[in-house]
Amino acid sequence: MDDLKVNQNPKLGSIDRPNSYIGRSVPRQNAKKHLDGGGQFVDDLTLPRMVHVAFLRSPFAHAEIKSIDVKNAKQSDGVIDVFTAKEIDEVCKPWVGVLGHLGEMRSPEQSPLAKNIARWQGEPVAVVIANSRAQAEDALELIEVDWLEKDAQVDMETALDPNAVIIHPELGNNLFWTRTVNQGDVDKAFKEADAVVETTLDFARHTGVTLESRGIVADWNKAENKMTIYHNGQAPHMMQHIIAKHLDLNEGLVRIISRDVGGSFGIKVHVYPDEMAVTAISKKLGRPVKFIADRLESFTTDIHARCHKISGKLGVDKNGKILAMEIDDLSGIGPFSMYPRTSAIETNQVLNLSGAPYVIPNYKAVGTVVFQNKTPMCQYRAVGHPIAVAITEALIDKAAYKIEMDLDKIRKINFIPDNSYPNKSPSGVPLEDLSHQASMDKLLEIMDIKEIETKKKDDYEKGILSGYGVISMCEVTNPSPLFYGVGGAHISSQDGASIRLEGSGAIHLSSSITEQGQGTEAIMKQIAADQLGVKLESVRVTLGDTDATPYGGGTWASRGAGIGGEAVLKAARKLKDNILNIAAAIMQTDKDSLDIEDNNVIRKNGGEGISLQKLAETVYYRGHEIPKGTNPELLATASFLIEGIPFVFTNSAMGCQISIDQDTGIIKINKFWAVEDCGTQINPKLVEEQIRGGVIQGIGGALFEECVYDDQGNMQNATMADYLVPMAYEMPDIIVDHVTTNSGRSIIGAKGAGEAGTGGAPAVIMNAINNALKQVGAEVISQPITPEKVLKALGKI
Amino acid sequence: MTANNTSNISFTVNGEKFNNVNVPSRQHLADYLRSQGLTGTHLGCEQGACGACTIEMDGKAVRSCLVLASQANGSDLKTVEGFDDQMMEQVKQSFLKHNAFQCGFCSPGMLMTTKEILLSKKKLTRDEIRSEISGNYCRCTGYQSIVDAIEECINEIN
Repeated sequence: MDDLKVNQNPKLGSIDRPNSYIGRSVPRQNAKKHLDGGGQFVDDLTLPRMVHVAFLRSPFAHAEIKSIDVKNAKQSDGVIDVFTAKEIDEVCKPWVGVLGHLGEMRSPEQSPLAKNIARWQGEPVAVVIANSRAQAEDALELIEVDWLEKDAQVDMETALDPNAVIIHPELGNNLFWTRTVNQGDVDKAFKEADAVVETTLDFARHTGVTLESRGIVADWNKAENKMTIYHNGQAPHMMQHIIAKHLDLNEGLVRIISRDVGGSFGIKVHVYPDEMAVTAISKKLGRPVKFIADRLESFTTDIHARCHKISGKLGVDKNGKILAMEIDDLSGIGPFSMYPRTSAIETNQVLNLSGAPYVIPNYKAVGTVVFQNKTPMCQYRAVGHPIAVAITEALIDKAAYKIEMDLDKIRKINFIPDNSYPNKSPSGVPLEDLSHQASMDKLLEIMDIKEIETKKKDDYEKGILSGYGVISMCEVTNPSPLFYGVGGAHISSQDGASIRLEGSGAIHLSSSITEQGQGTEAIMKQIAADQLGVKLESVRVTLGDTDATPYGGGTWASRGAGIGGEAVLKAARKLKDNILNIAAAIMQTDKDSLDIEDNNVIRKNGGEGISLQKLAETVYYRGHEIPKGTNPELLATASFLIEGIPFVFTNSAMGCQISIDQDTGIIKINKFWAVEDCGTQINPKLVEEQIRGGVIQGIGGALFEECVYDDQGNMQNATMADYLVPMAYEMPDIIVDHVTTNSGRSIIGAKGAGEAGTGGAPAVIMNAINNALKQVGAEVISQPITPEKVLKALGKI
Repeated sequence: MTANNTSNISFTVNGEKFNNVNVPSRQHLADYLRSQGLTGTHLGCEQGACGACTIEMDGKAVRSCLVLASQANGSDLKTVEGFDDQMMEQVKQSFLKHNAFQCGFCSPGMLMTTKEILLSKKKLTRDEIRSEISGNYCRCTGYQSIVDAIEECINEIN
């Protein structure tokens, strides 16, 4: 299979050579295990003397725990012990979800189990340890808690009112964090504008719904003082640090193993109280302890996402030029800021990313983040993007309608020009190597707006409301230390790769990037084989084990290809250099006259070469045959870090065409197009699948997904049957195309591609729906855009 | 019925005989199979919504989280570990080629549904394929690649 239509990065060498794998859609080797039932997920693991846990969770959103009686539960069949906060706190220190680089954040200490007060429905309060999960669940029913239910602060919009329920009295009010960005003079600019438009958008809470729920097996080995953790997380070294820190263990003796992970999407990169409790239980009992969240636990304790209300205002002159933009965003994060990344980053990115594709000389943004008695909210795929992109693009459409300008034209007039980088976003964030102009041109080329407009008119004549939207966006990828590390979090922004030629001639590669299905293993293999000159199948990869891989950050914020991939490239080049040096010494020739092709060192001018296997055998088993003074190292290690800028941004343009059933309010997405510029694509098929999967999750947020709460803070739809996610039937085929602007920050030139779909789809869908509704003077402003909301907008109900 | 009730049953899984085994009467089939090391059957919701645990029971696709282990008495079961005939090998190659899975958690159920589609010998359109797999959640792919793979299988196998 070949995708050489994709622009090749000249820094990577000719594509017309053997073993040129970068840029080719080779199927994921080694992934077939999943089709043979051979995946190794956390719940597939059974260890000798392993015990299981079940948590008693608060049935109330806010309640005092007057007393807990576990006596009867301890007598239940198969029960080993029952712990409350008192016992767990003896081995696990509390944490605080704040960072130091974004102004004052205020969040109280949080412990694995709630003490005295429970602050969300689902917060763990006690834990039963038993020989089976079923026995642990049986015993839960025998725990007697004397609850005193308190008023709950459920609504974020009243959280700062004078009569609000104060969730943490020691903080005085429910404010977690606030930030203001002010560039230029928006008030003056709005006065000078020929047209000013405003809107307020709502984004409901939703969640990641990874098909494999969160899970952990903790195995404390007292004899070695060693803690081994099997965890379906995204950042093993971060977890290593945190578990060592809070359990007071030697960090070097904590080993995190992340085998196969059944989807993560940012859900599995946070520190969860129940998982910390499991590590503490293992430490106390000296036995392996397994916890696998059931689906109810997933819905009420996996982090939720979004939960925003944002107002925006945009001023343009009569030619469509944007003069000013102002936004005011409110977000509710539950009762605690998540640890260690905090729950401020989503709002921070709303402030950073709004208006980011455009020249906006005057920009003001205010973000306010408050506590409430709901499940904690934190970073999920495309952190902050859907809100930032939707408010920006909704305002731009409104301005276009007001001054009667085409939707594509108003964007083209205002784009930060492709030839003007390095540049800055309206919020002042550095931007490099982007292509909004070229990407929009490409989108318009594949979309054919003229035809869509004609169809829209025909549809209208027939009584059908159809519409379309086009948007442009920036996508945060490849973060630098300025993202978390600078604020005091022990989260590595550097990633490493180690590669060796083994005695058999095989190549072994290990990387600190992890795999959750994106194809990390496959692309690392492609980079290594490509740069080394070996067949793909001769490379074996190890990921997700703190004892076996180099130190690094793991997989989140679309950093695998751009950061981890560059480390692999550098390590492979080093190893190649070592191999050629040894080969030159053995073959008594000049190194520059040699190369590696198909697992053989070859003479560029012809003549006999030497296979890597023979070379390795010589080095390892008959080292005395190598000329003296030759470096015999067949192992190379390298690492990579983005320096000097906060992120390497990717950009994307998206379009869609929808129609509305006016009787049912059901939206049909007829076509969806996405153009992504993520620089070098190591495996174009895998990039496209990231875009598609991302778009579908974005469609979920736009049309279906919502964690519905009643006004006492009870989640109403915490089952997979009641919480709607996109299913195959409702989803469109998605046409993906590319523009390629390599990142200048690395040799490989890759940027991330995992966020754009989820970040951009909600905006373009909402704009398309409003483009259709505009024909009858209606509008929707609240996501998910359910049939009920559409019918209300149409005045039908 | 108490928590400790057991049932004595016999059945086959992927051709292997399970004779006179005692299963907890309240245990569902997926939990039982997994307890025997057949961990290819995955649990996503334990209420029959997600489709990840779909297996073949006497020639029909069933949610193994909605069947009690004791109900399998006398049955012939096939799980993903036993999908090794020529047709399923071809299906797997097609799934690989189209990257019709990412994390692999939904794949066992998705393969079972695909098997049922192929055995029905119907020439389904893309929309009809989408409808047929609407009982199986996939959170990674966005489904298009799965539809691509199944469409190719329908064209090549049937």
